[in-house]
Amino acid sequence: MIFILVLFGFALWSIVPLDKNVSGRQGLRLGLDLAGGSYLVYQADLTGVGNGTENEIMEGVQGVIERRINALGITEPVVEIQKYGGEYNIVIQLPGIADIEKAKELVGLFTVLEFREQDAAGNFTIPATGVVGNQTLILSSRYFKANTEVVIDNLGKPLLIFEMDETGAQLFKQISTRLLNKPLAIFLGDEALRGADGHIIAPTVQAVIEDKGQIEGLSLADAQELSRVLNAGRIDVPLGRWNDGQFEASIPLYERTVDATLGQDSIRKSILAAGIGIALLLLFMLVYYRLPGLVACLSLGVYGVVLLAIFKLVPITITLPGLAGFIVSLGMAVDANVLIFERMKEELRGGRSLAAAVEAGFNRAWTAIRDANITTFIACIVLFWLGGTLGAFMVRGFALILFIGVALSMFTAITVTRTFLRLIVGGQVVTNLSAYGVTSPQTVRNPK
Amino acid sequence: MIDFVGKKQWFFLISWILLITGIASLIISQIQLGTPLRLGTDFAGGTSMTLQFSPAVEQSRLREEMTKLGYDKATIQNAGEGTFIIHVTELTSEQAHELAGELGAALDSEVKIGDYYLASPTVGAKAAQSAVIAVIVASIAMLFYIIWAFRRMPKSFRWGSCAVIALVHDVLITVGLFSLLGLIAGVEIDALFITALLTIVGYSINNIVVVFDRIRENKARGLSSDFALTVNSSIVETVGRCLNTSLTTIFVILALFLFGGATIHYFVLVLLVGVVVGTYDSICVAGPLLVVWEKGEWSSLLPWTKRPASSS
Repeated sequence: MIFILVLFGFALWSIVPLDKNVSGRQGLRLGLDLAGGSYLVYQADLTGVGNGTENEIMEGVQGVIERRINALGITEPVVEIQKYGGEYNIVIQLPGIADIEKAKELVGLFTVLEFREQDAAGNFTIPATGVVGNQTLILSSRYFKANTEVVIDNLGKPLLIFEMDETGAQLFKQISTRLLNKPLAIFLGDEALRGADGHIIAPTVQAVIEDKGQIEGLSLADAQELSRVLNAGRIDVPLGRWNDGQFEASIPLYERTVDATLGQDSIRKSILAAGIGIALLLLFMLVYYRLPGLVACLSLGVYGVVLLAIFKLVPITITLPGLAGFIVSLGMAVDANVLIFERMKEELRGGRSLAAAVEAGFNRAWTAIRDANITTFIACIVLFWLGGTLGAFMVRGFALILFIGVALSMFTAITVTRTFLRLIVGGQVVTNLSAYGVTSPQTVRNPK
Repeated sequence: MIDFVGKKQWFFLISWILLITGIASLIISQIQLGTPLRLGTDFAGGTSMTLQFSPAVEQSRLREEMTKLGYDKATIQNAGEGTFIIHVTELTSEQAHELAGELGAALDSEVKIGDYYLASPTVGAKAAQSAVIAVIVASIAMLFYIIWAFRRMPKSFRWGSCAVIALVHDVLITVGLFSLLGLIAGVEIDALFITALLTIVGYSINNIVVVFDRIRENKARGLSSDFALTVNSSIVETVGRCLNTSLTTIFVILALFLFGGATIHYFVLVLLVGVVVGTYDSICVAGPLLVVWEKGEWSSLLPWTKRPASSS
């Protein structure tokens, strides 16, 4: 028993200092409704995209948008693909951004990559063009076939191989002949593609390229990324939304912007509210359950600290409904304790010894605790799914936090509370029954 | 010992009054608004924004100015401290700022958009559909759970049914109340409403299971040959636990409701109402319902038709 306590105490101690260092406002990841920021959801117009290649194309689009957003210098933007029922949505979260219009403009741009050559000063300012038929065309990702891919050569180096369509082959032949031994850079709008190390990706033309070519000397990650965006850039995938069968480009399906001061206000108010609520709750437990109430308070303290540590370590984004979920789960954590204590009291009234009452209380309350929380788990799982199909990130935040909270509350009730109680009872620290909220063991007895 | 089962007619009467009020409100709302509940941006599309006025302005003046500007169909919810949540037809964020500026000038108050939210009108129907599916899936899953939880009981179907009736009762009362709030205070329901609803269903089952669990245990122990007595003493034995759990939960939810700010004001209200109704129902309705079925006292379900003497 003491071994359990020591083991458990040790586990807690290893979590607690970790948490103390990071539980500041900087440490926890706050959702847009608390930190302020914007949330955009777009539908993709995939009408021009062949069947079966949608996943790949969307990944490319995602990569392209990530690049543009990162260029804005936003901390921790999130760009995700959501797929359900054959539809693809792009979800963009921009924490703390002030200029949402600028961000929307960037997102609305096309995804086609263009090649540029150097001017006299060595800057990549001139579009690489050729003449096909009677038209002057810019070499772009439009003329690439869909099979651009990364292979590893004999020396273990990554190699980006690509094929051009008919127009592309003519264009590339003219350009590569003219620019032999000169570099070509790849541009997305006015931004040059850069590798992970920040250098502009500008491979040197080493041979005349017609219908097939390869790019060497890229890192594996860069090569894979380039292959993704080249594939995505074959077709313009406009982002916008469908409305009555019409595609409205650049208009988001969902758009939400929360002012940072409102977020701070919400944080302040929630902390105040949670503080008052929790204080009342602890007071109630102490007054009503006496010594076990104190144990429950300690147990809840452990619960709160461990939960915060989980939020931080996973990490889990905390939203306003998530905070509410945390508080509801706290209520349920109390519930588990209440169930155990009520059982314990009954056993004590029935004339059992303290130690036996503690054990019986736990054993008999356990099934009720387990059964009672299963329904909450069911609700959470369904809600998590629902949150994914809606543009409502808040629903997911609530479901996730409630789920973790309830699971953890079961754990703390049966381990922490139990260990504390066993210690007190086993150590004969307090033997006065009134401390357990029972006036006299003989007053109430269930008729047999 | 308090006789919960004996007073069942009164409890049923209270439930009927709440239920009928709620259902009436749903019907009136259907006639007036075209939907049984006032649909928020998540389900109806359009733009909603949280407008923070300083100094605070009166809701009636805001309504007046909105009507003048051509937004006579707008829904306005008062979130306290000069903060209003308005729901209008689709506006881009530029148009929204324009509107806020005009309102501020007309009302001589500084105005800020705290939360701007646009949902395409096309997503509303789909979102509502997803919500309905979620509710159905959750209900079926919980139903299976209840059947499983009472699998060892004779007539487990009966226990499950009583639990489900009690749940429907909770949900209907809560939904009815929000329909009423929608009619009189412009309160809209959104995705968070569904979230809160499913949460309270979970919470309510939780309570019912604890009570039923005790009835099951006492029945197995052969506490009394009279089922009504068994049920009543089971309720009395668990009432402390039910009230204490609910009280502790209500403390924190109430604090959130009173001090927690505008964004989740109504979300928290659903939770609050749900926990209160769910607690009431697990103590006063679910168990007595079981007795009614067991004894075939169907007339007591309609307390206004007959007043039988309180059961022995």
